[in-house]
Amino acid sequence: MSNPQHLQYTEEHEWLTTAEAGEVATVGITKHAADALGDIVYVQLPEVGDTVTAGETCGELESTKSVSDLYSPVTGEITEVNEAVADDNSLVNSDPFEGGWLFKVRVGSTGALLSADEYTKLTNPSA
Amino acid sequence: MSSLRLTALDALHRALGATMTDFAGWDMPLRYGSEREEHLAVRTKAGLFDLSHMGEITVTGPQAGEMLDHALVGFVSALGVLRARYTMICAEDGGILDDLIVYRLREDAFLVVANASNAQLVLDELIARAKGFNAVVSDDRDAYALIAVQGPESTAILADTTEADLPGLKYYAILPAQVAGRDVLLARTGYTGEDGFEIFCNPGDAEQIWQALTAAGTDRGLIPCGLSCRDTLRLEAGMPLYGHELSTELTPFDAGLGRVVRFDKTTNEGAFVGRKALERAAAEAEANPPRVLVGLVSEGKRVPRAEYTVVSTEGAPIGRITSGSPSPTLEKPIAMAYVDAAHAAPGTTVAVDVRGKHEPVQVVALPFYKRAR
Repeated sequence: MSNPQHLQYTEEHEWLTTAEAGEVATVGITKHAADALGDIVYVQLPEVGDTVTAGETCGELESTKSVSDLYSPVTGEITEVNEAVADDNSLVNSDPFEGGWLFKVRVGSTGALLSADEYTKLTNPSA
Repeated sequence: MSSLRLTALDALHRALGATMTDFAGWDMPLRYGSEREEHLAVRTKAGLFDLSHMGEITVTGPQAGEMLDHALVGFVSALGVLRARYTMICAEDGGILDDLIVYRLREDAFLVVANASNAQLVLDELIARAKGFNAVVSDDRDAYALIAVQGPESTAILADTTEADLPGLKYYAILPAQVAGRDVLLARTGYTGEDGFEIFCNPGDAEQIWQALTAAGTDRGLIPCGLSCRDTLRLEAGMPLYGHELSTELTPFDAGLGRVVRFDKTTNEGAFVGRKALERAAAEAEANPPRVLVGLVSEGKRVPRAEYTVVSTEGAPIGRITSGSPSPTLEKPIAMAYVDAAHAAPGTTVAVDVRGKHEPVQVVALPFYKRAR
């Protein structure tokens, strides 16, 4: 699996499109995370207007076998959530880096972020 | 790391890209692709499983039947040759040590199949309980690999690989046969709620048998299936899983499975391990019903999971979830739970505390799914 180079990543397996303060970042979970969870059956997302905090939970992802917290990679205000994913959770499994995005957030600040190569190394140390 | 036991099919699972999991000390396939697709394949076509983690124990000798009548709650010596029975082994206090399938291979030989997590305990107990009987208990866990083909297409698929009389092999029967040219024990048993077969084979033959079934089945919709879908299949079929619905804290009567306890055994003057405690449990269940194992169906999307608390509509705790999952067949979350008898009638609305939020669920009769025959 390859992690797109233009994205940034967190150790909690989220990706985001930008860390630039004032910009709107699109956020999702990585293919590695989606594969590890298995078929996702329920997604609870923050609501538009909510303020989320970097490194804190802002929702949850439920798969056949488990429940996982969703962490926000940035501190900021939610501007949009992916209604398509709410309707069809399988998008997170089938297209985690594109159609399976989860929410958009106006970036205030971020926590520690990883490059694509650093994230790849984190999830597959032997690569 | 990697003190996990590997099955004879391990290399094949890895080549198929399986996600592996530690299951009772075995490195087993959890799923190969989507567990939902694997589940639906078994319901509509066929699925192929590696179940080599299951614990095979052979009991032989002139008193093998009497010994098992003493050691287990079932009437094993009354079982016909080449027939199988679901039964349990209980402690002296009536608590369930494991649930088992017993196959009678010959007049004087039985194959006992225990859950992987309990196999050592069952083996030790059977050896201890065999004292005084002319019977030998053998650890055959390494002697067998176990492959299952389950689903409505399984007979047609298997027929391509064997000359055995499949229509003549009844549900809960077993037959020495050849599959893919290899000697096996072919049983019409399973844990999915579908028709299907379990093939006990020499570990060295497992890969050839798996490949032959794959070749015969692929065009008929057969896909490899992991333990994740096996769990949702058995849950839909209302089948208990040891460690979830069954435990040492419960008797078969507590689990609603009192029918497996055969007080009418005539061997050993009717005596068997746990009899006294089980008679009390039976009387208690009659007079003062304990919590009842029920099915729950949710109209919401959040899944009631094992250990979550069941509450009344007023919010009072009335039970505990033992297994829960999204149901691929019903397309709703389902669960099994022990609830107070007052709330156990099908149609009753109760709720489940899902991480602090009470999600309404309805009590339904088990099983959730029954195949059309």
